[in-house]
Amino acid sequence: MGSFAQRHPIWAAIIAAAVAIALWLIFAIWPEWLTDLIGAKKIFLNALFNGITLGALYFFVASGFTLIFGLMRNVNLAHGSLYLFGGYVGYEFATWTGYWLLAFPAAFIIVAVLGIAMQTLVFQRMEGEELRQTLVTIGISIVIADLLLWIWGGDFYNIQLPSWLIGPMDTFFITGVSRRTGEFIFLKYPMVRLVILAASIVVGIGMWLLLNRTRIGMIIRAGVDDREMLASTGVRIQLVFIGVFAFGAGLAGVAGVVGGSFQSLAPGEDIRFLLASLVVVIVGGMGSITGAALGALIIGVAEQFGSVYFPTYAVVLTFVIMVAVLAFRPQGLMGRA
Amino acid sequence: MATIDTHGNGLSSPSWFERIPAYYYFIGIVLISMPVFAGDFVLFQIFGWSFILGVISLSLMFLAGYGGMVSLAQMTIAGLAGYMVAIFGNSAIETISQGWPWYIAISLALLISVLFGTIVGWLAVRTEGIYTIMITLAIASAFFYFTRQNYVIFNGFSGFNGVLPPRLFGIDWRHPIAFYYLTLFWALAAYFTVVYISRAPFGLALQGVRDNARRMAALGYNVTAHRVAAYSFASLLAGIGGILLTWQSAQISPGTAGIGPAIDILVIAVIGGLRHPIGPFIGAFIYVLLKTFATDVLISFGLAGERFQLLIGLGFLVIVFWSPDGILGLWQRFQDSRNRDPLTGRGGREL
Repeated sequence: MGSFAQRHPIWAAIIAAAVAIALWLIFAIWPEWLTDLIGAKKIFLNALFNGITLGALYFFVASGFTLIFGLMRNVNLAHGSLYLFGGYVGYEFATWTGYWLLAFPAAFIIVAVLGIAMQTLVFQRMEGEELRQTLVTIGISIVIADLLLWIWGGDFYNIQLPSWLIGPMDTFFITGVSRRTGEFIFLKYPMVRLVILAASIVVGIGMWLLLNRTRIGMIIRAGVDDREMLASTGVRIQLVFIGVFAFGAGLAGVAGVVGGSFQSLAPGEDIRFLLASLVVVIVGGMGSITGAALGALIIGVAEQFGSVYFPTYAVVLTFVIMVAVLAFRPQGLMGRA
Repeated sequence: MATIDTHGNGLSSPSWFERIPAYYYFIGIVLISMPVFAGDFVLFQIFGWSFILGVISLSLMFLAGYGGMVSLAQMTIAGLAGYMVAIFGNSAIETISQGWPWYIAISLALLISVLFGTIVGWLAVRTEGIYTIMITLAIASAFFYFTRQNYVIFNGFSGFNGVLPPRLFGIDWRHPIAFYYLTLFWALAAYFTVVYISRAPFGLALQGVRDNARRMAALGYNVTAHRVAAYSFASLLAGIGGILLTWQSAQISPGTAGIGPAIDILVIAVIGGLRHPIGPFIGAFIYVLLKTFATDVLISFGLAGERFQLLIGLGFLVIVFWSPDGILGLWQRFQDSRNRDPLTGRGGREL
């Protein structure tokens, strides 16, 4: 932090000012003129929280994507299909057993097994041929998308939430002052989204600890930096590859359950989440978990603010951000040159 | 197929029409006389569509095969050209279409698509290899969503219909025979231009950049400029293909240049082969045949006709898996196995 402020004093000042303004917008009671200018604070806070929780979902999807990319240089364009498949698997398990929480391990394990199959049967045979691997993932995504359409049809699916997650929850964010009584009005926010946000923070920190504080994490980080050197030190790199691919695929499956719980599952969602993770990873920097978190947050918030304040071009806004990042920092915000 | 230019010694060089291999004449005669024995449906839907998709995939093949840059934005550029023809020329949406003469509309459309393609290229060449795929895919989807949301210029979800080619020389260019020759002409023009450019200094430098960008930079070539120029040229091809595509279906909508079609263009180019400009046309022909008849074939085997996508996906997977150079690669292997040289172990013919 300190070194960043010393190296880029102007940027540090701009970021500090932006953070201060954001904090003021979140915690202060808005004056009349601001409400007149951009609408009620409740709308703003809702957009912000929706953006952050959407970012949490994007982080689930994109972290697996970026991990697989960082280690194996494999742009897995079938990642969106793994997401959708995980969602359907979770749906089946949740309706079959009646326990929402069981959907998560089920989706993780089954999609991870699919990931292991993909890595051992397909990608291991064309190691080092990055373009060919990417083309194969396109083929796999076409096939999986059609198989999913075959099995589950074109309907919308929604994973039923348990009762303790349904309904709003009071938060301590003030949206305004009541005109009649003069009391503060607090923001009510859906419980499930807050739980998902908390879960993604836990997963994010867990992944950070795993990568930075354990031996396996050390091996993975070494592999991201230099695969050949790592292999030559005697690490069984194929096992590491399989493990990371399984983990990344499993995360995509879990993300599918999350997405199916507070949004819906349908054909086409695979492409949507593939694109979201592409943009997140491009913005955040390829192969970086922190970058994925930052990118997911930026894209999620931008998407929600876009859909609230200029609804027509909400989707385009995310791509504008991507193009801007590419133009000025091609390696991504957290990527290494 | 490199037999055309291997006679560079000038001494006993045969006259130019003798140097053209016999199968060029054969294919040429078959293509030109096609309307004699093919029906309207085959001319318009099968061949017309194959040539158009071939031209668009050829632009991708040019970038990927000679430049080493796989761009998924080629369909987007084609779609943009189609939109521009609809906007500046005539369509059924008279509130938006300007109704300008065809020569202005077409040249503006091509100009804008080349400009757009150049900007895409400028963005895409900042990254390399697989990153390019990701970025161009993102650009393609941004265009798709933008055109779907924008009603002022792009007329949103429904797009434009009634986009017809001009009645030049008193001919209805959407008549199957006329349209067949129109698309054939542009397919041949695009094909021979790419063949020519691949041997011109620019094309050779581009291939050098593909093989070793660093060395080319050390030799004094401007690597970025070559790559961006390749994008500009490819956008011209894609733009031509896009205009023809719009005329063929007489409409353009966001779905024309969606994510699915963008990937289809890549599938076509890869199935055909990225080694030689004929590949995309072979791929397009196979794709069109599959798309037109697969449903019937699947139903006749007792399967559901909607599984067409599965067939395409599996075919693509098989091709990429076993023959990275597509159908052309299979042909090359067949040649190699047939006239194997006992000393070198390679085929007797150089492709």
